[in-house]
Amino acid sequence: MTAEAPAHTPEHHDGEHHTSTGLSNEKLAMWVFLGSECLLFGGLISTYMFNKGRIGPDDVGPNDVFDIPFTSVSSFVLLMSSLTMVFAVSSIARGDLRGNRIWLTTTAALGATFVAGQVYEFTAFYSEGLGFTTNLFGSAFYALTGFHGAHVTIGIVMLMSLLVMSMRGNLGPERAETVEIIGLYWHFVDIVWIVIFTIVYLFPQ
Amino acid sequence: MTVTDRTITAPEETLALPAGPAIAHRPLGIFTRPQGSEGWRSWLFTVDHKRIGIMYGAAALFFFLVGGAEALFIRLQLATPNGSVIGAGTYNGVFTMHGVTMVFLVIMPMAAAFANYLLPLQVGARDVAFPRLNAFSFWCFLAGGLLLTSSILVGGWFQNAPDGGWFAYAPNTGLLFSPSKGIDFYAVGLQILGIASLVSAINLIVTVLNMRTPGMSFFRMPVLTWMLLITQFLLLFALPVITVALFLLMFDRLWDANFFNVEAGADPLLWQHLFWIFGHPEVYILILPAFGIVSEIIPTFSRKPLFGYHFMVASGIAIGFMGWGVWAHHMFTSGVGPLSVAAFSVSTMFIAVPTGVKILNWLATMYRGRLRFTTPMLYAVGVVSMFTIGGLSGVTHAIAPSDTQQTDTYYIVAHFHYVIFGGALLGLFGGFYYWWPKAFGYKLSEAWGKASFWVMLIGFNFTFGPMHILGLQGMSRRIATYRADEGFALWNMVATIGAFVIAVGVAMFFWNVYVSTRNWRRAGRPDVGPDPWDARGLEWMTASPVPEHNFDEDIQVDRLDHFWHRKYGKDESGRVVRAAPTSEIAHDGSNTNVHLPSPSYWPIVLGGGILLVGYGIIYNLWLAAAGLVFLIGAIYGWILEPADDPDAAGHHDDHHDDDDGDDHGDPDGNGGPSGNGESASAETEEPETEEAATVG
Repeated sequence: MTAEAPAHTPEHHDGEHHTSTGLSNEKLAMWVFLGSECLLFGGLISTYMFNKGRIGPDDVGPNDVFDIPFTSVSSFVLLMSSLTMVFAVSSIARGDLRGNRIWLTTTAALGATFVAGQVYEFTAFYSEGLGFTTNLFGSAFYALTGFHGAHVTIGIVMLMSLLVMSMRGNLGPERAETVEIIGLYWHFVDIVWIVIFTIVYLFPQ
Repeated sequence: MTVTDRTITAPEETLALPAGPAIAHRPLGIFTRPQGSEGWRSWLFTVDHKRIGIMYGAAALFFFLVGGAEALFIRLQLATPNGSVIGAGTYNGVFTMHGVTMVFLVIMPMAAAFANYLLPLQVGARDVAFPRLNAFSFWCFLAGGLLLTSSILVGGWFQNAPDGGWFAYAPNTGLLFSPSKGIDFYAVGLQILGIASLVSAINLIVTVLNMRTPGMSFFRMPVLTWMLLITQFLLLFALPVITVALFLLMFDRLWDANFFNVEAGADPLLWQHLFWIFGHPEVYILILPAFGIVSEIIPTFSRKPLFGYHFMVASGIAIGFMGWGVWAHHMFTSGVGPLSVAAFSVSTMFIAVPTGVKILNWLATMYRGRLRFTTPMLYAVGVVSMFTIGGLSGVTHAIAPSDTQQTDTYYIVAHFHYVIFGGALLGLFGGFYYWWPKAFGYKLSEAWGKASFWVMLIGFNFTFGPMHILGLQGMSRRIATYRADEGFALWNMVATIGAFVIAVGVAMFFWNVYVSTRNWRRAGRPDVGPDPWDARGLEWMTASPVPEHNFDEDIQVDRLDHFWHRKYGKDESGRVVRAAPTSEIAHDGSNTNVHLPSPSYWPIVLGGGILLVGYGIIYNLWLAAAGLVFLIGAIYGWILEPADDPDAAGHHDDHHDDDDGDDHGDPDGNGGPSGNGESASAETEEPETEEAATVG
């Protein structure tokens, strides 16, 4: 349902359109959806924590593959994309369409950098002997981070769709809320990564 | 939480263009939108919550026949010792599909039928918050249901049906023990159904939170609205958990992951925890809609307000929260440890309290009421009594030592059929009788209805009552047969006869639908009137069947049971007297100036894409990839669909269909300035001068 969010029009930006809560339907729907997403990642993170230690002494484990400085940098890149997302929202609210396009592009590019880092990381881990089917740690690690990467990718697609809309002149200040709603999703995905990064990479193995 | 009175806003003002820089407008649409509201096409492309509700109900009844036939096969096989009607392998598939069908394809969509049809009406809205998404939910549900049900047929009769029980314990459902495609169908099918329910839950939550008519504060909402809202929240939070579990199982089976590979060190308890964290809230997902329906029926036919409205709502909310803290009572014998067992024992006993509150409040509502035992009322009373039996046997499960004896016996089967059949299904059937005139404009026959009820109730008790005894005698569930010297023969035969009596009762329901429809048509389709039962909710305040736009104008709600209080007042001596005839209060559906969302091709197209992806994942990843491309294309088609179709006939001249639906006849609604660029600039409609809130 998130993928169709760009189609939603901000009926409510001028505050004249009444809903019972005062929030627009689209924004409320995104909040509700993100509530559900919390449980999805909750389940995956629990599965990871439950399984990460279940490997034999000679198996490839977290300590053998993790490159924390590298992942820290890519995490930093992803967190910065939240900042640029904020700029994208604020620029369109001000009516600065050019700024909006720049920040949308920057956000998508930072997100893409993160995903590229993840692809690199997966390739590197694989070459070090950790495949999806190697052991429980491998299955749980790739499932969790892969799900997150898929979420980031969907976010990038939505940002690019916004950009195309903007190029075609269909993304003006009256649709600032659309950008804001996609921003909510983007920030959520970033916040989840903070949790995942902490639990997967930083917790003592 | 309540909105301010928007009807006093002058239309001239609200139709002004929004301030700010003008944006060059280019329509996003590349396709036209379907038109017309007649014929089968209009059903395929409809986004009307009422039609979607009816389609949910029809689909659920279809799957009910499938699941019922499976139940009869089970009973035939078990009727006599050493049964040989179906083989043991087929038997596994039959009981698994019976459970999965009844839970996911019957009770849940039947509840969704009522939720779709009634939630917008009960809160006084024009439609749900996202009509197209609503249609998508239905088609996605149907895709999942058909995929799951097709497993019975593909590759031979029950050769590829899921065979691991409805809770599909891994690693028993791993490739080693379950090598057919069955569990793949289970995992993929339930994920698709999960998407459908999740989208629907979001949609309905937003509808209830955001689209209540003026004055409809939370504690003026009918109990059914409350129960359905709580159900949607449970779905919202429970579904992602089983989605995770299903993903893990699917990864294990299809791509050799190790989540449930005990050889690699996996713990089988992982699946049980994930499944039951979903599974126990699921139990309340099944029963709460029926509780809501009963809470509507009993006050109407007792001619009394619901006793303890606030307690009813609060107990529903309490069930919603506590439902998350009892899951491990399904796992008392799995070795979760004494501390867990003790904690979950206590929490399970506690959750009986809010449920008991509901039972007592229904009894208190009936106490000294002027009872009318119509068919819906019979079903409601049936729920109260049968659910109490099931609830009490449920409390015996909370006592862990006792549960240890009962686990995996027919005692459990008896228990959950008393709550799910005797509770949820009877309630939903009562709902069919109760709201049938609202949806179709005529009542079902009372005579056939009552007969069908009694046959069903008696058959039900003959089927599942003896299972308590069988369970305590030690008969295991899920066994394909038993020996003659085990002493199970008598009660099994009784249960089998009972099952066929139920089948007769169900057949009588369908016959009733046929006969009542025929008689109504022969009689020249007489109008049943907006309020045939003299009821209380807002849904009775508009014509039957409900016109496409629901209400002619916004209703200004001033208290709980608003409609009732419009109809009845008290005279000087405090006696309840009729204040106004229903015909004066109810809307006649004559306002044709209401903006309605246009129908759309894309929901059903998206559903088809999901079906393709589903089969692709099971059989061929290239097919899945093709389906995914198709799906993404359809999503963009959906986005680019024109919001405003200048050629649209009738009053389908709306703009964006994901707009709010609460603006029936209200000029500052979706035709107003707050609309998107295209509708604001293309606005040609005259501002309506009627006062939208003449009510109150």
